[in-house]
Amino acid sequence: MYPSQFRYTKEHEWVKREGDLATIGITDYAQHELGDIVYVELPAAGAKLETGQAFGTVESVKSVSEIFSPVSGEVAEINTALADHPEKINEDPHGAAWLVRVRASNAAAELDALMDGAAYEAYVAEQQKEASS
Amino acid sequence: MVNFGGWDMPLEYSGIVAEHMAVRTRAGLFDVSHMGEIEIRGPRALDLIQWVTCNDASRLKVGQAQYSGLMTEGGGFVDDLLVHKLSDTHYFLCVNASNQDRDYEHFRRHNRFGAEIENAGPRYTQLAIQGPRALAVVGRFTKLDLASIRYYYFAPGQVDGVDCLVARTGYTGEDGVELYFPPEHSEKLWNDLLDAGRNEGLVPCGLGARNTLRLESAMCLYGHEIDETTIPFEANLGWITKLDKGDFLGREEIVRRKEAGLTRRLVGFEMVEKAIARENYPILDPEGGVDPVGHVTSGGPAPFLKKDIGMAYVPVSMTEPGTLLTIGVRNRQAKAKVVPLPFYKRPR
Repeated sequence: MYPSQFRYTKEHEWVKREGDLATIGITDYAQHELGDIVYVELPAAGAKLETGQAFGTVESVKSVSEIFSPVSGEVAEINTALADHPEKINEDPHGAAWLVRVRASNAAAELDALMDGAAYEAYVAEQQKEASS
Repeated sequence: MVNFGGWDMPLEYSGIVAEHMAVRTRAGLFDVSHMGEIEIRGPRALDLIQWVTCNDASRLKVGQAQYSGLMTEGGGFVDDLLVHKLSDTHYFLCVNASNQDRDYEHFRRHNRFGAEIENAGPRYTQLAIQGPRALAVVGRFTKLDLASIRYYYFAPGQVDGVDCLVARTGYTGEDGVELYFPPEHSEKLWNDLLDAGRNEGLVPCGLGARNTLRLESAMCLYGHEIDETTIPFEANLGWITKLDKGDFLGREEIVRRKEAGLTRRLVGFEMVEKAIARENYPILDPEGGVDPVGHVTSGGPAPFLKKDIGMAYVPVSMTEPGTLLTIGVRNRQAKAKVVPLPFYKRPR
């Protein structure tokens, strides 16, 4: 379910690093909790992001969620396909529906502080248990 | 699952959009057991209802239902409700879950008529079957001729072998029925209706779709469009406010505020710019003043109309359809335009 080559935040973002380029999205758990996603707001290419800072929003029919950057850097590319088809986030959150690519020189170190796939899966299981208790 | 007035309720089953579309095009099944029921009995039951509600319950025939407001002394809403006339001396009221106890106390406090008042919530489950195929689904389980029950009328009868009150009412803007019956039969009726309805495209629906459906139909939700500070005319509910029926609680204040001129009114809006305006987002001052001039009461995507819509209180000068509103959407501004209500009206 949660790819082992990704790293994950407690706010349910995933990040995949290729060199100093970090691709960021929201997790399957996040899209499921949000429900039908109808609107995505992303920064422009060139925007500067700080680790832990909210850089965009994902809105579903029922709520608005901020997305927090797991890395510091500059936005290299945004997924423009999401503007007209935000529902792709529900359909393929770990693949085609990535949100932004960030040029992040310190990404390797920053990713070390995040959860791997197995740890995130355990974290999500814990969250679900809390929600149902 | 979410906690709603002390009830654990599913926000969605298959997804809000899918459930919403099913109700508009086929049928949906809602467990609305959380809704409260109050029964008023006795020779002066009508007098009590006439005194505390704003609509004219004396116009009801046996077997007819009416949308009304339970009023405060100040002419605001304690709650909104459905009044069903079972007989000249027996009325069945459906009220909001979160207001049930308050409503019951309100009836008691104003009961100088010696009416018998029962907080009957625990005795009823309520299921709503809504959508163009709703009558066909329920029709399989009853000898009642559902089509002959007119809109906002009801009839007692058996559904799936269970004694029910079958009302041609709803909160979705679609045709359909609401069933009231003893809770021990809840699972059986729910499961049987779901099984039989599958062929008609019926799906279970949660609170999420209930809200988007009522918003698209521009129906008020207590705590959003109406509350203790709202007089009916502000909420476009003049049609349930019968000032000529005789005195009633809050009437004097409603008349006073109406004659003084309303300062705000509820409008519908559609987003012009791409954004979703949600509850409590401010309507900004067109003259550039710092203070907002109104607020969004409910807002979100309208899955059937495929627009982003909402309702808001604005100054009376800004209620004309076509008027542009500037809404504060978190850290930015987005334009919307006033449109006539309802947003959606079902084809007949």
